[in-house]
Amino acid sequence: MKARVHVTLKNGVLDPQGKAIQQALGALGFGGVDDVRQGKVIEFSLQEADPAKARADVEAMCQKLLANTVIENYAIELDA
Amino acid sequence: MKAAVIVFPGSNCDRDVQVALRKAMGQEPLMVWHKETDFDAVDLIVLPGGFSYGDYLRCGAIAANSPVMNEVIRRAGKGVAVLGICNGFQMLTETGLVPGTLMRNADLRYICRDVDIKVETSQSLFTAKYEQDQAIRIPVAHHDGNYFADDDTLAALEDRGQVAFRYCDAKGNVTPEANPNGSQRNIAGVYNETKTVLGLMPHPERLADPKLGGSDGKPFFDGLVEALS
Repeated sequence: MKARVHVTLKNGVLDPQGKAIQQALGALGFGGVDDVRQGKVIEFSLQEADPAKARADVEAMCQKLLANTVIENYAIELDA
Repeated sequence: MKAAVIVFPGSNCDRDVQVALRKAMGQEPLMVWHKETDFDAVDLIVLPGGFSYGDYLRCGAIAANSPVMNEVIRRAGKGVAVLGICNGFQMLTETGLVPGTLMRNADLRYICRDVDIKVETSQSLFTAKYEQDQAIRIPVAHHDGNYFADDDTLAALEDRGQVAFRYCDAKGNVTPEANPNGSQRNIAGVYNETKTVLGLMPHPERLADPKLGGSDGKPFFDGLVEALS
């Protein structure tokens, strides 16, 4: 099973990198771009075949390591 | 007093802090590799600065989950003093031993220079040799030192006196101009609730000897030795 974890900054947490990207896009002539937020995607394969167990495992991974829940949200995608 | 310095792959201030401790204690600190799961009883554990595990994932995140860290967390829970400097501060936030987190500097630049910081209280193991509100000058060297915590956490930190140091000007005024990295409320260092764990971004070990250009960091280590001996 493939897992994909999207880690993004929580609302209200300043994102200086997102801001820099937004300014760079503006400088390139891409107008009307707002609210740029930078995050990360982490992909991996799981040996677990049961989707419910796999989700619980990935949830625990996010809580323990993949995301810092002080500032980050995460979303989990699973593909059989 | 006995001390241990935990060494991670990518630590690069472990020897600086080893020298500062040796001079203050008059004996060698233990140097403990991150793969150890146990080490001799000590009065102080230091998580040094550097780039543990290449800062992969998030600064300090992999180190916070390395084998030795379970033991560090267990001993911190028993009241053993733990000091995290720079990358060590990032590890402490990742383990949850101190609140908040350290984000990319607001201007996205790596900052390496001397800064002034204000000692918020002299009532701690770490600051007993300083005066309250004293401004001291020691270096920072980081890319991710922008302290962040939510409003409730910040209010609780202030109420309990857990802010250890704030960036200030040479006279001790805490101003936006004196904030090098965008840290909330100019916070440069925080304690845990019992003030036995301290994380700070500036490096007292780098200016603890006049030969290095300053000695404002020396009372930090002398105070620790006095408090823990």
